[in-house]
Amino acid sequence: MDGPMSIEFSFGYGAEMTAALIAGIGFGFFLERAGFGRADNLASIFYGRDFRVMRVMFTAIVTAMTGLYFCDLLGIMPLSSIGIMDTYLWPQLVGGLMLGAGFIIGGYCPGTSIVGAVSGKVDAILFVLGIPLGSFVFTVSYDSLAGFHKSGMMGRVLLSDVMGVPSGVVVFAVTLFAVGALFAVSKIEAVVNRSAGKAS
Amino acid sequence: MTVKKPFWNPYAAGIGLGLVLLLSFIVTGRGLGASGAMKRVQAAVVHKIDPTYAEQNPNIGSYFGPERGPLDAWIVFLAIGVVLGGFAGALSAGRIRIETIHGPSFNRESRWILAVLGGVISGFAAQMARGCTSGQALTGGAQLALGSWVFMFAVFGGAYALAWFVRRQWI
Repeated sequence: MDGPMSIEFSFGYGAEMTAALIAGIGFGFFLERAGFGRADNLASIFYGRDFRVMRVMFTAIVTAMTGLYFCDLLGIMPLSSIGIMDTYLWPQLVGGLMLGAGFIIGGYCPGTSIVGAVSGKVDAILFVLGIPLGSFVFTVSYDSLAGFHKSGMMGRVLLSDVMGVPSGVVVFAVTLFAVGALFAVSKIEAVVNRSAGKAS
Repeated sequence: MTVKKPFWNPYAAGIGLGLVLLLSFIVTGRGLGASGAMKRVQAAVVHKIDPTYAEQNPNIGSYFGPERGPLDAWIVFLAIGVVLGGFAGALSAGRIRIETIHGPSFNRESRWILAVLGGVISGFAAQMARGCTSGQALTGGAQLALGSWVFMFAVFGGAYALAWFVRRQWI
């Protein structure tokens, strides 16, 4: 194999859509099991009380990253054969800051709000309804946003390209960073929850 | 009555999510996403109201091909999967319940207003960044794409910066 199965086995349209549907089912299921269908579970990371969001996210990233770069190393599926996210530095920075704002104000992000909505959370249903509205604002103001939206265009840039080191080094460094960050946040959690316990 | 089951250990859930993402890369060559589907729903609604405007808009015009409508796309099928998987997860754990999540000293109606507002901001933001927590932070993060890492730190930065101002909603 030297590419994703959809290319290797020339998937038809139906097979591709079925694969996407199945991936979505797995995605939704694990998001729910992680506790991401509830805004309080998600928001508590921003008050230092429960870093569940970071634990799940960093573990998922390290798991997928390790597998992906292992496939690349073995030549089973080179990174160049899959769709790598293009870098558009400035809109990604500003969009990220705004998504963070939407997260703490609304209590969800787009994926988790779907899971919350199907678990019956009224706030999540309202959040879901807001998303296409925001998307619509972007669409109607696209003429004035287009310039910024295309700024900082760098194409397919990986962290290893920027740092000028082999990708294996970055994989190792990111894993260390994740372990270090998760160790640090459990300390923060302990301090915050101890002082919260004293206050009440 | 089914007994409510506890959430999973976060590391176990994280490994599960990571494996779904990895398998998605291996099988389809694509990662995961969510906001892209909402963008297409929005595009479909705009098209219903004013087809000419929608087809000529540079942001969504490319969704209206001669063969496939705006909703006939892998990201929409993925989102339908999230609906099914999330529902199955909540149902099997006895967690389906109509309720509004908010902190003890915050009223429900204000929470509803902020939920819509947060959704609107996120919808706009995900378009600006070309993806959300799923499409950028998880997918691009695992690929080690530069912009996705910038995005991820920006999400945490934006949320921490505003957390104090909306603290009554949560704690």
